[in-house]
Amino acid sequence: MERKIRVLIAKPGLDGHDRGAKIVAGALRDAGMEVIYVGLRQTPEMIVESAIQEDVDVIGISILSGAHNTIFSRVMSLLKDQGAEGQILVCGGGIIPQEDREKLLAMGVSRMFGPGTATSEIVEFIRQSIGEGMGEAQET
Amino acid sequence: MASNTEAMRFRRPWSEQELLEQFIKGKTLALARVISLVENEAPGYRQLLSSLYHRTGKAKKIGITGSTGAGKSTIVDELAKLLVGRQQTVGIIAVDPTSPFTGGALLGDRIRMQDLGLHKDVFIRSMASRGSLGGLARATREVSVVLDAFGKDFILIESVGVGQVALDIAEVVDTTVVVLVPESGDSIQAMKAGLMEIADIFVINKADRDGADRMAVELQAVLDLGRRNNDWDYPVLKTEARHGHGVDLLLEHIDRQRDYLVRTGYLKKRKEELLRAEVRQLFSETVREKMERRLAGEGSLDEVIADILEGKLNPYLAVDQLLERVKGAEI
Amino acid sequence: MADSPAEKEIAGEQQWREKAQAKASGDEDSFVTISGIPVDILHTPGSLPGFDYQRHLGFPGEFPYTRGIRHNMYRGRLWTMRQFAGFGSAADTNRRFKYLLDRGQTGLSTAFDMPTLMGYDSDHVFSQGEVGRCGVAIDSLEDMEILFDGIPLDKVSTSMTINAPAAILLALYIAVGEKQGVPSEKLRGTLQNDILKEYIAQKEWIFPPTPHMKLITDIMGFCAQHVPKWNTISISGYHIREAGSTAVQELAFTLADGFAYVQAGIDAGLDVDVFAPRLSFFFNAHMDFFEEIAKYRAARRIWARTMRGKYGAKNPLSWLMRFHTQTAGCSLTAQQPENNIVRTAFQALSAVLGGTQSLHTNSMDESLALPSEKAVQIALRTQQIIAHETGVVNAIDPLGGSYFVESLTNEMEAGAEEYFRKIEALGGVIAGIEKAFFQREIAAAASAYQKAVEQEKRVVVGVNRYEREDEEVEIELLRIDQQMEEDQKKKVRSLRARRDSRAVSKACKALREATGKDKNLIPPILEAVRAYATLGEICDVLREIYGEYREPPVF
Ligand SMILES: Nc1nc2c(ncn2[C@@H]2O[C@H](COP(=O)(O)OP(=O)(O)OP(=O)(O)O)[C@@H](O)[C@H]2O)c(=O)[nH]1
Ligand SMILES: [Mg+2]
Repeated sequence: MERKIRVLIAKPGLDGHDRGAKIVAGALRDAGMEVIYVGLRQTPEMIVESAIQEDVDVIGISILSGAHNTIFSRVMSLLKDQGAEGQILVCGGGIIPQEDREKLLAMGVSRMFGPGTATSEIVEFIRQSIGEGMGEAQET
Repeated sequence: MASNTEAMRFRRPWSEQELLEQFIKGKTLALARVISLVENEAPGYRQLLSSLYHRTGKAKKIGITGSTGAGKSTIVDELAKLLVGRQQTVGIIAVDPTSPFTGGALLGDRIRMQDLGLHKDVFIRSMASRGSLGGLARATREVSVVLDAFGKDFILIESVGVGQVALDIAEVVDTTVVVLVPESGDSIQAMKAGLMEIADIFVINKADRDGADRMAVELQAVLDLGRRNNDWDYPVLKTEARHGHGVDLLLEHIDRQRDYLVRTGYLKKRKEELLRAEVRQLFSETVREKMERRLAGEGSLDEVIADILEGKLNPYLAVDQLLERVKGAEI
Repeated sequence: MADSPAEKEIAGEQQWREKAQAKASGDEDSFVTISGIPVDILHTPGSLPGFDYQRHLGFPGEFPYTRGIRHNMYRGRLWTMRQFAGFGSAADTNRRFKYLLDRGQTGLSTAFDMPTLMGYDSDHVFSQGEVGRCGVAIDSLEDMEILFDGIPLDKVSTSMTINAPAAILLALYIAVGEKQGVPSEKLRGTLQNDILKEYIAQKEWIFPPTPHMKLITDIMGFCAQHVPKWNTISISGYHIREAGSTAVQELAFTLADGFAYVQAGIDAGLDVDVFAPRLSFFFNAHMDFFEEIAKYRAARRIWARTMRGKYGAKNPLSWLMRFHTQTAGCSLTAQQPENNIVRTAFQALSAVLGGTQSLHTNSMDESLALPSEKAVQIALRTQQIIAHETGVVNAIDPLGGSYFVESLTNEMEAGAEEYFRKIEALGGVIAGIEKAFFQREIAAAASAYQKAVEQEKRVVVGVNRYEREDEEVEIELLRIDQQMEEDQKKKVRSLRARRDSRAVSKACKALREATGKDKNLIPPILEAVRAYATLGEICDVLREIYGEYREPPVF
């Protein structure tokens, strides 16, 4: 059975702007991935618990409320608590100022996609990150 | 691709032993990982299942099937809430379809189960059907075995919402609940045969809508006509799952049906039947895989094909020849 | 959707078309509106079969109002230039209100923060990090008193962008009026109060549709009796469009929502000619210039005809559609943000040519962050330039009679009517929502648009063409003072400790009981806010009874 890349897509925050999250979810599905869509109003606790249970390769968080620093640092620390630190690719989308972007990367977030990113770029990034890993590990 | 299962940069490869240890300790992460290995039929997954098998057999398995949007997930959510209220642990498997065009899938059942997501006694896993057509994924049964081994008291399986009732589910669970809505009235006749075969309990959800009572009466009439030759009464219940109404009653009937199965010895019989089917399938799959691997390795298949093409042989004789070659070989 | 081929052949048209066809440069598919409607190369009288001036257009200020709702349109009064404000604590926003009033503004427009919009108090876990962020935080009557401190409610009109908890905000406003000695009959203002578009697009709901609709008809009934100058619903297409719909979908879904409210009002036993004049609309001004103008014109015509015909309204005020417009936030790009000034200007012009009653122009950096002061000023100046320099206000509906615009107006109307039939067949708007019909239609349109952009079938300047290689998108976000959230939390906690808790529980109990009795819920809600029950507490009572809504997932 072919292994599928599994991705969790979540949209924390109280607002209902899920257009971006849904477009990305649809595009990843069309690229052959299995997307677990948990949708609106997700707390970091809910996101991490779902990601663990679903054994996903990638967590994608769409965030527009401006609370990205709080949300991502909580997600990263919960992953650590669960012993899943560094085992799941965490990325995000939204409006993130440059300085925060760097902070997030330093926390271990793999990539932040800004407004206007083509979905094909996101697909490519995920495939490469996960695929490359496959190659590397095969050598060892 | 299967060989790459554990070989991703973002995944720490676990040794089988480590994985089992963590699993037995009750670690969610290990459970989730074992499920992935089983789902992907990764190398060694049968051995893994084999070493877990002695832990299985306690879970009560309930299947929820019905058409798209009938309210299956909502019912599963409500059932699970009642069960954890009774201090039971619950595993949920929610199957959604894989797109036949892209091979991808959007798994959205968790959205309905938000209140449960964080409950320590509940584990929810979404599965894509991955080309399987009977309403479950090929590995759903094995995944339910894993949840059983993990110690879940109840396992709730939600099938793909399909136009017609998904029939596979009855071969995996002890109790099958078929969910209908008042609007599905016209299709009762059409589904009659399939329904009677698999359902133990019928639920008419969205009872807040017009036509639920009429539908219940009609369904009961159809059931009375085609009553299976035993003394289970095939209850028809009405629920409004959105507000949790009637789901407690559903659970009572699930309990009652189980008592019935135990009392009459049907449960044992059913398990035996299922086991028989399972072992047969496993056996033939295993034999076939091994034989095919052998044939491929020897190149005998290519040889006989060439002979057939040249007119020296026909397919029937070819099979005899192939069998001759693998005869006595260690399988 | 298009009308059948021309009735009357224009002499030489066929030959002309052949010549034009011969010179066609290939990619004919690219001549479609932003919503994907193919546009014919030329429009002639033949494009308007059966055109009848009186029936299709009429005069401005007269049925069917295609050309506008006033006899003298902008010659009498320009549209209202309304920029919306609200942030931080009630005290912060109160200062801002006073500043605006001092400068001669007579209308206040209030934005609330997410916790208020979703019916949570500032100290609820879900409110973390969102208190006062995109609007003012209101937890109780205490905050509302501060918000309108020193502002005589009989002298101003207040618009409140609030939906799910609209009934509670209305009650709070009435209660502040009482404290100031202003009777509710004298209060003027608007609630957005459009829950249907929340299910369809913006997703800021609390309860399932049926109880929400009941709250809305309660508001309509209560206002008709006690707050007659209040605009009870601002039926909004803006958010539907922002979620990615086409122009026809925006038009059709918004009007369908409007008709659903009218039907609900009638079903609740209200007189259509009493409540319908208090309904107004709110549209999006998107990028495709003529399509937008056609949309506004078609909207007025459909509303007038349906209100007079299907709903039997006799009061001309029930027929005419008043609307506010905001330029399309979703059309703004993070890349080369200065270009957004130009986009907004064209969008604003289309709204004016379409006959809007009021207009909000977005600031160029609005897609990225809270706008800078300079950007806000340019946005306002854009409207002023249109009003005073371009000359477009001199003649009413200057594009009326254009073969193209009239034919596009007809096409919009036909497209909307096709949707009305589909919605009817599904069993109405609420059934459509529960079956995810609208959500699915919009999602399909949004992803088709996204694909067109990614495949470069549609050019977005600065994004997929004319990019600047070296561009670093610089974004500054408004840093909300963490302290404000802490202060607000303390404030609501201290209120709970100080107030008469017996009165609160009595009022909450009365509210709970009233829900079971099919009574108008505004009076018990008013009682509860007077007793200083918080917004979150009142919503909790209702949540307990009505449950919370979860949408069917749709992609
Ligand atoms: N009116 C009404 N709606 C309900 C009821 N129960 C569930 N629903 C709604 O029906 C829709 C579908 O519910 P789900 O639980 O997702 O249905 P499902 O069968 O799991 O759907 P799929 O997994 O997509 O096949 C949701 O919008 C629910 O809120 C009910 O009792 N009455
Ligand atoms: Mg489901």
